Amino acid sequence: MQTQSFTQRYANPTRFMALSGALLPWIAALAAAVLAYGLYRGFTAPPDYQQGQTILIMYIHVPAAWIGMATYALIAFSSFGLLVFRHPLADVSAKAAAPIGAAFTLLALVTGSLWGKPMWGTYWVWDARLTSVLILFFLYLGLIALRSSLEDETLAAKLTAVLALVGVVILPFIKISVEGLDIPSLGISIPAWNTLHQPSSVLRSDGPKIHISQLVPLLVCAVGFTILFVALHIKAMRNEILRRRVKVLRLAEVDRARAGEAAVAAE
Amino acid sequence: MDLGPHAAFIIASYAAVAVVLLGLVAWLVFDGARQQRLLDDLNARGTRRRSARGPGGAQR
Repeated sequence: MQTQSFTQRYANPTRFMALSGALLPWIAALAAAVLAYGLYRGFTAPPDYQQGQTILIMYIHVPAAWIGMATYALIAFSSFGLLVFRHPLADVSAKAAAPIGAAFTLLALVTGSLWGKPMWGTYWVWDARLTSVLILFFLYLGLIALRSSLEDETLAAKLTAVLALVGVVILPFIKISVEGLDIPSLGISIPAWNTLHQPSSVLRSDGPKIHISQLVPLLVCAVGFTILFVALHIKAMRNEILRRRVKVLRLAEVDRARAGEAAVAAE
Repeated sequence: MDLGPHAAFIIASYAAVAVVLLGLVAWLVFDGARQQRLLDDLNARGTRRRSARGPGGAQR
């Protein structure tokens, strides 16, 4: 009961619109400032001893890939909130996040290809990492297409939520595709696939394997992209709430017109 | 600033990010303005939600 009253009190659409309207300009400004600082640090850092200045692509490619994956996790979490708790903002959150997640995943694919050509000698290979991220992008398109193909919004929300939860299996697959997975205590041992993509240099159990002069701008850019995503998501959620209010009022207007016609006919 | 022999790939990457993110921002801003305008028009016409009407359909 405590949880329900808390969400009703602080996470309902009306309160969300009031709070987000006040915070959004500040969040957007903070995202721009952090991103500008991160890119400044990246462009003034010494070039990589192997990759030269192409390391600059890392500052946009890696955060875009992280946000692309994290956004899908957010959609799955929101979908769970819709299906289990029927929270009024959960579906708004899931619907609003899909195009943004698709955009970041597309950027990860495009910048990855542009980084791959000078480093690997090819724009694309059908290996496990690249292909699984492409599948993630198609999953986003599938969520958007499924929702827009159904007129009944309640049914569309439920079916999209189920697809989002089924598709979440792609996230560990993306990670395991390069790293493999070894948990001896559980008897799990999945070898890494053969791939051109390098293993993670930052999120490792034995610490980052990247020089501090590149790690700092990368992390600052990652924080900047994350704040930017928050700003975009809040704006998209506000738009979706407005769209739903417009729809409700239009239906009310149609009802009113029909009631008026019925009254005239009765006279 | 010298971007080295692979400058075209670096510039293309940053251009792609700029185009996609600015496009996303523009879409969200225009969509928000459009929805707000539609809502304001409906409110100006006196349309209220069904739940906001009184008994017999009278608007409060």
